[in-house]
Amino acid sequence: MDQQIKDLINSEITNNNVCLFMKGTPDAPQCGFSMAISNMLKILEVNYKGVNVLENQSLREGIKEFSDWPTIPQLYIKKEFIGGCDIVKEMYENGELKKVLESKEINFKK
Amino acid sequence: MAMDLKEIEALIKEALPDAKIEIQDLAGDGNHYSATVTSAEFSGKSKIEQHKIVYNSLKGKMGNELHALAIKTKE
Repeated sequence: MDQQIKDLINSEITNNNVCLFMKGTPDAPQCGFSMAISNMLKILEVNYKGVNVLENQSLREGIKEFSDWPTIPQLYIKKEFIGGCDIVKEMYENGELKKVLESKEINFKK
Repeated sequence: MAMDLKEIEALIKEALPDAKIEIQDLAGDGNHYSATVTSAEFSGKSKIEQHKIVYNSLKGKMGNELHALAIKTKE
């Protein structure tokens, strides 16, 4: 992964407390899995930044290497990789996601 | 590109011999699967680590030949 992509990813996860690397945008997700996490964050009224990896092929590949995770979407909260769709969905359903948001002092609908 | 259900199962089994694996072909197109993997290997590991074990067992096929595999891991 070149340094430029690494810097770009670092700046996105540093500047956005909740950052979702996704296919498409929060308003127009291009993949069901990206849409699923987007919807969970919307329901929880979390302010998040959606980064569209489809706009940048190097980013699309780079984020997989950066997180050591083969799929997209990928959710970061306060620079910590939380998981992909399956994990976040499970956390949403069992209440763990709210706990993580709370512990990281992210505003959401309680 | 698509992958056979048996092939996925065999790869996971190779990495996790004790695993109980349930795979479903969600759309019937050989491309969208859901797998529930139960293994003692997951004990004490975070969800991220557990899913990585499953991804690694698929030897780079995830995200390539295999478009969608929803994973659920259980200890």
